Amino acid sequence: MRLLANKIFLALSVLSAMIGLAFLAWILITLFIKGLGSFHFNLFLNDLINGGLRNLIIGQFILAGLAAAIGIPLGMAAGIYLQEYGRGKYASLIRDLSDIMMSAPSIVIGAFVYAVVVVPTGGTSGFAGAIALAIMMIPVVINTTDNMLSLVPRELREAGIALGASKYRVILDIVIKAAKVGIMTGILLAFARIIGETAPLLFTSETSNYFSLDLTESFPSLTVSIYDLANEPEESSRDLAWAASFILTVLVLIINLTGRFITRNKD
Amino acid sequence: MEKIFQKLSISSATLVFVILIGIFITLFIAAKPAIDEFGFDFIVNPDWNKEVVVEITDTQIAVEDLSDQGNEIIDEDDMEITDEDDIIEDEDEVMFDEDEEGTLTTTIYGGLVPIVGTLLTTLIALAFALPIAMGIAVFLAEIAPKNISHIVGIAIELLAAIPSIIFGMWGLYYFAPIVADLVGGYQVSLLTAGLVLGVMILPFMAAITRDSMNTTPGVLKESAYALGATKFEVIKDIIFPYSRTGIIGSIILALGRALGETMAVAFLIGSIFVLPSAINDPTISIPVAMANNFGEASGLGESALFYLALILFVISFAVISIAKFYFLKKAH
Repeated sequence: MRLLANKIFLALSVLSAMIGLAFLAWILITLFIKGLGSFHFNLFLNDLINGGLRNLIIGQFILAGLAAAIGIPLGMAAGIYLQEYGRGKYASLIRDLSDIMMSAPSIVIGAFVYAVVVVPTGGTSGFAGAIALAIMMIPVVINTTDNMLSLVPRELREAGIALGASKYRVILDIVIKAAKVGIMTGILLAFARIIGETAPLLFTSETSNYFSLDLTESFPSLTVSIYDLANEPEESSRDLAWAASFILTVLVLIINLTGRFITRNKD
Repeated sequence: MEKIFQKLSISSATLVFVILIGIFITLFIAAKPAIDEFGFDFIVNPDWNKEVVVEITDTQIAVEDLSDQGNEIIDEDDMEITDEDDIIEDEDEVMFDEDEEGTLTTTIYGGLVPIVGTLLTTLIALAFALPIAMGIAVFLAEIAPKNISHIVGIAIELLAAIPSIIFGMWGLYYFAPIVADLVGGYQVSLLTAGLVLGVMILPFMAAITRDSMNTTPGVLKESAYALGATKFEVIKDIIFPYSRTGIIGSIILALGRALGETMAVAFLIGSIFVLPSAINDPTISIPVAMANNFGEASGLGESALFYLALILFVISFAVISIAKFYFLKKAH
């Protein structure tokens, strides 16, 4: 009886794992079949207005890149504070708030940026979209930096100080260098996450059918356009949405796996 | 230089605090007109964007106008206890169009439908994901050999990395038709939205549950095995009790994620402001109400959406805090 219960339990557990893998396979296979079916190299050469995706892919990278350019230094600086300068209650309050911010609904962050950036500046813009994504990225970078710096042995810091280096030099030249790989992995995973985000961009950057580098106007976004295209009645729009989804997923998974690969190599 | 660097790092840390407080205050200010207008009745009112025509005779208007001047300030408090007719009259003071002589048209907004939709989709997602996520976590932590566990673990984490909009499209065109065939009803419904949401939180829940389980000391497990316990008994009697708070924390954290998820649900819930009478009816959730109506909304309608956003933010803040501070802190 006990052995039977054990067998049933183990079988159920293996079954669960297979269900999880089956969902992953189902989604990926769907993407490959539908996405590759509508995939064409010309998608990279034309803008959405001409039935291509060029402006959207470039736009999404610019939005996420700008978000990273804002979010990485701020997040790292805050993470450095938590590990190297912060002591006591304030640091642990910031750490807790950052954890909460990491799980805050992305649509709410979009609404916040709408109220503080879009309304005062008179319209949706690439800047607003990048700020929304940066707010999503900051807590992840803080968390990574905080965790990775905590793994750096104390002795390294002490050795640096003993050699007469000032504290910020020790942090920049020794501590950050030692934690570099881990922090880079975390940043890549965070980047993979924000480049696939849709909700915070819906009413901040919106999207555009045209190629644009003007960050003060509505800015082309791959994800927002996927949402628009997928809801259109024409078959051709939906096919384009599948092709775009395929490209987006491949990009996200490549960035994600690259991040994991970097850490793996180090171990 | 040292000073500058230290200042920069402190201000960056403080920025987190400022942004969170800023989100709260901004949402509150933007929601204020709707809060003043509908009070807490907003939460239980099922009508969204409903035009209400109220016939009022000239004398009544005159009387109202007179009495209003004194009552304006305490209106907000009255709101909670007055019946619907009073609420409608209250709105008239702020925004009314005079259609015909003695007729006022006003629009009312209530949040009950999206609030119920959010809670129910989350509940369905949780009910669906929980047993499977536990199974996967047990498989990864205790059953699979190390190299298989590693590979399956990465696959499960890749599932978590797929953008939510992809889950939405796949769910709408491939998953929902099958569910609708099996259960009947609409392809866009509470049920299909909840199930796709469940698939989405599955890997997240499995990964953090596995991490909690891995904190069980090996000595405890080995002692149980030495006494002749089966794997099932070790998991049931040693690992689960030991990591219980951590597991509950993971579940609540996943719940917090599900509450705020927008895109996967947006494709599948149907986006109509109608209370569902069955599990396979279409309805709407708070994030989806925002995603689909924010662009066109203005005035009181936009403010009502901010009111919804504020409610969502407060709920998820509370849920995440409980998970983090009560369960996950305790677990470590």
